[in-house]
Amino acid sequence: MMIDRKINQQISSPEELANVAAEQLAWQAQYQHRVFVCMGTACQSVQSGAVLTALQAEIKSKARENECLVSPGGCQGNCASAPLVSVPEQDLLYQKVQLSDAEEIIEALAGKPVGRLLCDNKSDFFTMQNRVVTNHRGLLNPESIEDYIAAGGFSALLKALTDFTPEAVVQELQKSGLRGRGGAGYPTGLKWSTVAKTRAEQRYVICNADEGDPGAFMNRSVLEDYPFRVLEGMAIAAYAVGASKGYVYVRAEYPLAVERVTKAIRNAEKHGLLGNKIGSMSFDFQVEIRLGAGAFVCGEETALISSIEGGKGLPCPRPPYPAESGLWGMPTLINNVETFANVVPIISGGAEKYATIGTPTSKGTKTFALSGSIMNTGLVEVPLGTSLRKMIFDIGGGVPDGHKFKAVQTGGPAGGCIPEEHLDATIDYETLMELGSFMGSGGMIVMDDSSCMVDVAKFFMQFCAAESCGKCVPCRVGTAHMHDMLDRITKGEGTMEELGQLESLCDVVKFTSLCGLGQGAPNPVLSTLRFFKGEYLAHIVGHTCPAGVCAPVGQDIRRPTCAL
Amino acid sequence: MRVVTLKINGQEMSGRDDEDILHVAREHDIEIPTLCQLDGISEWGGCRLCLVEIEGSAKLSAACVTKVSEGMVVNTESERLAGYRKTIVEMLFTEGNHVCSVCVSNNNCELQDMSSDLKIDHISLPYRYPLRTVDASHDLFIFDANRCILCTRCVRVCDEAEGAHTWDIAGRGIQSQLVSDLHQPWGESTSCTSCGKCVEACPTGAIFEKGKAAGEMVKDAKFLVYLAEMKAEKS
Amino acid sequence: MSVRTRAARKNVAVKAPSDDKRWSIVAAVMRKHGSAQSALIETLHSVQSTFGYLDDTALAFVAHSLRIPLSKVYGVATFYSHFRLKPQGKHNCVICMGTACYIKGSARLLQRIDQKYGLKVGDTTRDNQFSLLEARCLGACGIAPAGIFDGRVLGNLASPLVESQLDNWLAESQQNEPKLP
Ligand SMILES: Cc1cc2nc3c(=O)[nH]c(=O)nc-3n(C[C@H](O)[C@H](O)[C@H](O)COP(=O)(O)O)c2cc1C
Ligand code: SF4
Ligand code: FES
Ligand code: FES
Repeated sequence: MMIDRKINQQISSPEELANVAAEQLAWQAQYQHRVFVCMGTACQSVQSGAVLTALQAEIKSKARENECLVSPGGCQGNCASAPLVSVPEQDLLYQKVQLSDAEEIIEALAGKPVGRLLCDNKSDFFTMQNRVVTNHRGLLNPESIEDYIAAGGFSALLKALTDFTPEAVVQELQKSGLRGRGGAGYPTGLKWSTVAKTRAEQRYVICNADEGDPGAFMNRSVLEDYPFRVLEGMAIAAYAVGASKGYVYVRAEYPLAVERVTKAIRNAEKHGLLGNKIGSMSFDFQVEIRLGAGAFVCGEETALISSIEGGKGLPCPRPPYPAESGLWGMPTLINNVETFANVVPIISGGAEKYATIGTPTSKGTKTFALSGSIMNTGLVEVPLGTSLRKMIFDIGGGVPDGHKFKAVQTGGPAGGCIPEEHLDATIDYETLMELGSFMGSGGMIVMDDSSCMVDVAKFFMQFCAAESCGKCVPCRVGTAHMHDMLDRITKGEGTMEELGQLESLCDVVKFTSLCGLGQGAPNPVLSTLRFFKGEYLAHIVGHTCPAGVCAPVGQDIRRPTCAL
Repeated sequence: MRVVTLKINGQEMSGRDDEDILHVAREHDIEIPTLCQLDGISEWGGCRLCLVEIEGSAKLSAACVTKVSEGMVVNTESERLAGYRKTIVEMLFTEGNHVCSVCVSNNNCELQDMSSDLKIDHISLPYRYPLRTVDASHDLFIFDANRCILCTRCVRVCDEAEGAHTWDIAGRGIQSQLVSDLHQPWGESTSCTSCGKCVEACPTGAIFEKGKAAGEMVKDAKFLVYLAEMKAEKS
Repeated sequence: MSVRTRAARKNVAVKAPSDDKRWSIVAAVMRKHGSAQSALIETLHSVQSTFGYLDDTALAFVAHSLRIPLSKVYGVATFYSHFRLKPQGKHNCVICMGTACYIKGSARLLQRIDQKYGLKVGDTTRDNQFSLLEARCLGACGIAPAGIFDGRVLGNLASPLVESQLDNWLAESQQNEPKLP
């Protein structure tokens, strides 16, 4: 059962858009009570779909369809307490909701909340965040273009088309100080201006939604919850750089995101907000979706382009950068999902306002996927410049089960592990780099004293070796060698000489590999060697694993043990 | 196209801005080690032996795929580069199973030459001893995967000069392997024209003519340059 | 007809390998993309979702239809880990080996499956009931360790939960086995 209002008209001016928004708001207002059930991947995995149906059935059986509306909603952030149900007018969030709770929740709509299901939505986890990209969190039906428009959606696009020249959009982006959210933090406005300036008959816009970092799911969440916003950002970008064709490259492992984006494209086209003559202007922008097929390296921009062209995801040497010569040799703008999502608030609220958030060199907010050994796993969005300590101990709620914090890993397979003594460092591009880590796309994995840092380094090296495309020798062979060396160390077979060899291989692979995968692959080893060398020595010299991973604590790791 | 001036190893020179560092250097008798590069076919940039330092850039650049530009200051030799090159060649030796004494290309092998040019006297990385096969199903040629360094010269020559595209790399990373058609025995390939260009293009003894004994296989791929030039003339 | 002559006849639809109606789904995907070479990955996706895996016949059909060399198609099909060249079991179990899941013990889940069922990642049970696969982050790290059982994402996995699911699948096959008189 799907209770929704669907409009069927073309929207061709800001006035028409405002009318549609007003009508939708009026329609929403006729419901005294609104309830949202999270339909994100985590919540769906614990049957939030069934909870939604149960709540809707409950309303029907009580004949309250005219006053209550239960809608699918987006991710609330605290995925560990899934499934989540929110009641905005009561400012309530229910957690771990069961099918049998439906009756009580509906009954409580006008009165006293269901105490045993309440989630403390005034805790640090909720109050310390600053939501710009995910500002409607949970309270927007991700599949409803009407809801999105009612919440102000597409006004930035029509504003850009009517009030801004393409050059002015690029300037606005430059003023905002937005930097790419896909990892390296390249200034977005600068990239746009390069694409716009390169002469060509055709230009392309690509949204990089490959999100291959193991332990990161921000892009998935943004795509699932705000498919229209990402498309709106892409359309603004296309207008600014003069592109008429765009692609969203999504990994096949995200079926829900694929479905939502596909529907959103069709929906936006139906209303004249994508496709030909957007906003009745002479601006065309067609968007297609392309599926990845399980290759991490396809997140690298040149590899991604080869993959869209139908080939293997093999990176190419840069320069030329895609901004000058990309898809089918044409200038191509390629940005991350979250970068595009940030464009909308910049255009609608203005660059000055946007630039007040963050640090002098890292503007705005960033979403992070908090996971690992931490109380509040889930999706959070904080201003850049927030300290790691605040992130982990206030927002994240610290390490559970009496364990002790050991390190936080950021930046994925090209990142590093940051120990306790650096927790006061702030989260921004430069500081993380100085600590031998990397902003990456926003994965943040907390490790406690039960994680062995040599084992963690081995894990990442295995990942890189398995994901190496094989084109260049240092990455193809070097990562395999480094993995074997780390494996021998975790088995107590490593020597100090080999540790030296490992360090020098790190140097070779880092500086001679063709693309960012190989260049970043040594980082997890280098950073654990920098901060946790003692653990390596314990394995090599003492033949023990202090964390009890390679063998139970105190036992010789060389002896074959039964791990279970 | 413009003519630019640049400096390589302290020597002033000029080149066209559509030329890469490697070729401008070669024109001025400065040799940069290469393996995956072969004149007459497209550049690949995979072996990383031609890495050079460019002033003002923290990163190293592959000379075979980096175009020269005005005022560029390039350095092709340093202790650091030499060290990197040595390790990369060591990696190639440990990745496959190379037994020079019994190889058809002994003394006529680019990998062997490279290791002597770089003065590699021993291999410090552990050998990986992969399980690889020999495909002798073709009437005229043999492919010995043990000696393949995955430079893709055969893939490119077969695709670009012959137009057959019999060869490609299957898999990825350390599992990469050269295959013909749908990973069939070479002799059963429906696309192979038996032209033998891949034999000449292969830098080692991985692809060779049947009936050759150790050290007897001598290769020459210079004809590729003429082919490429004639093709360019036509279009 | 040889590969070469077939491939040379541009714009003539290549005949499907069999009468199986499902080939029309694949053909439709190719048409939708104008039978361009760039349609290769989308086409392989459609073959795999229709037939479950990519065999030589399917690869050759796609290669000829899109006029792409056989070895190139094979290269692409083996480069991407999502594509399978062997038939899969009736059911499948994917265990996430992303960082968050690894930290939360997904490697131990795999170890346990190996011990109990003798299956490693990529293997299929002898009765073809299920295949065991691994994934690199399902984007469900908030509920790590996570896995996918026949398309359904499940979180906070522990060995008993995984085993009960796998046992169910195995039991299903025993039930279906023809009973001896
Ligand atoms: C191995 C590798 C993997 C990458 N994976 C991703 C990814 O999953 N998502 C992404 O947006 N960028 C990824 N990048 C970065 C992209 O190459 C590119 O810089 C980015 O998409 C640019 O967008 P931005 O400027 O908005 O950050 C990856 C880079 C490398 C080297
Ligand atoms: S660094 Fe690794 S992934 Fe990148 S081109 Fe080289 S082999 Fe491929
Ligand atoms: S010759 Fe330049 S990378 Fe191989
Ligand atoms: S690491 Fe397993 S879902 Fe992300």
